Amino acid sequence: MLRGLWKLTWIEIKIFLREPLGAIGTIGIPVLVFLVAGRMIGRRAALISPAASSFIGVGLPVLASVLIVIGAVLSLVTIISIYREGGILKRLRATPLRPQTILTAHVIVKLLLSAATLVLMVAAGKRYYPVGIHAPLAGFTMALLISTCSILSIGFLIASLVPTARFAQPIGAVIMYPMMAVSGLFAPVESLPLAAQAVAKVLPLTYAVSLLEGIWKGDAWWAHAHDLTALALTFIVCTALSAKVFRWE
Amino acid sequence: MQERIGVQLQQAQLQKRIKVWEALDLWASLYHRNAIDGERLLEQLGLIGKRNAWFMTLSGGQKQRLFIALALINDPELVFLDELTTGLDPQARRAIWDLVRGIRERGKTVLLTTHLMEEAERLCDRVAIIEHGRIIDIDSPERLVKRHCPERTVVLATDDRSAAERFRAIPRVDEITCSGSQFTIRGSGDDLVTDVIHCLSENRTRVTDFRTILPNLEDVFLKLTGHPIRD
Repeated sequence: MLRGLWKLTWIEIKIFLREPLGAIGTIGIPVLVFLVAGRMIGRRAALISPAASSFIGVGLPVLASVLIVIGAVLSLVTIISIYREGGILKRLRATPLRPQTILTAHVIVKLLLSAATLVLMVAAGKRYYPVGIHAPLAGFTMALLISTCSILSIGFLIASLVPTARFAQPIGAVIMYPMMAVSGLFAPVESLPLAAQAVAKVLPLTYAVSLLEGIWKGDAWWAHAHDLTALALTFIVCTALSAKVFRWE
Repeated sequence: MQERIGVQLQQAQLQKRIKVWEALDLWASLYHRNAIDGERLLEQLGLIGKRNAWFMTLSGGQKQRLFIALALINDPELVFLDELTTGLDPQARRAIWDLVRGIRERGKTVLLTTHLMEEAERLCDRVAIIEHGRIIDIDSPERLVKRHCPERTVVLATDDRSAAERFRAIPRVDEITCSGSQFTIRGSGDDLVTDVIHCLSENRTRVTDFRTILPNLEDVFLKLTGHPIRD
């Protein structure tokens, strides 16, 4: 079965790169925007205000990472629903392939693409942003991997349920973007109205953002034990549920 | 179970930009049992020239043949083929029929669903006629025809005006219609044709045309399901 997983992953990467806008849209555009923004504000940020400087130091890397992850989730949801609608899943069902293997292959593809985007952004950031990267990169990569798996598992669940490809993108967006709004990405969770804070507490993205920011700033792992627990729980629950409700057609 | 079967589905799709050989390679990797040689399969199916083509660029017939290749890649004991020649031109249809016969001759079981009675008649050892998900009857095509449609029809042309009377004397003739010099004789039983020939030769009737119309599986289907139009 592993042989099938690698084959499927490799073929999916090749197929993705054959899409006319695939690589450019997913990797090229985010890096390009990052570079342009960097050129415009990067060097002056420290002069504008301490808040701007802190945003670029911590907020920006985390924001960029989360945006890439959310993009990956939305595209996972869309791809799976296109495969279902086109009968590709139905055809695969008649083989010994299991749904977990299909999802895993797509998750690996998304992880690799996200990693490629981030590496390019870090390289670009080094050139244009004044804040040197003092952050523990290995730790941050680990934290990002954990967060990505957890958030992608929400993607699985949506992908297992959405009826048609036409709804996939909007449904994914309706679930993902509000999650971002209260996650602490744009404003600290403590500064939100109480109701929003309560919502934030049950959303996994909040814990991902807290973990990513903490690790980037150099916090120890044990300080984020409850973030890790929440993310692990999300992953286990969503994966188990999606394996149960996965629809081939 | 999936290890031992091969399936070709109606209206299935693959990834738009997957290449023909990649699809076969992927499918081969999904099975534990030894896959058969994909390149040979492509050759047999006339797809070898398309091995590097994207799925989305294939014609309907080529896609259909690729799906047949995928159904056979694990050398299955039982192959399900669903409406496999629907929408194909006559040449492609015949090529695929030959292929199905080849699978059968290699000792595999083929389960074929089709709306084309000609296809069932040519390819199948046993035919089950299904209406609303229920099997109405199952047997070899010949026996199905014999059991449900014993009618025979002889169409002949003669200028002999008195022939009609003599035909009417033949046992088991149900109906004779006559338009101009053409007679249509309907009856039942295997002997009808012999009896008509006999009658003609006994009376030295001069005949300018003679053909028989035998019922086929399509007539059986229409008779058993009782609907002249189905989709």
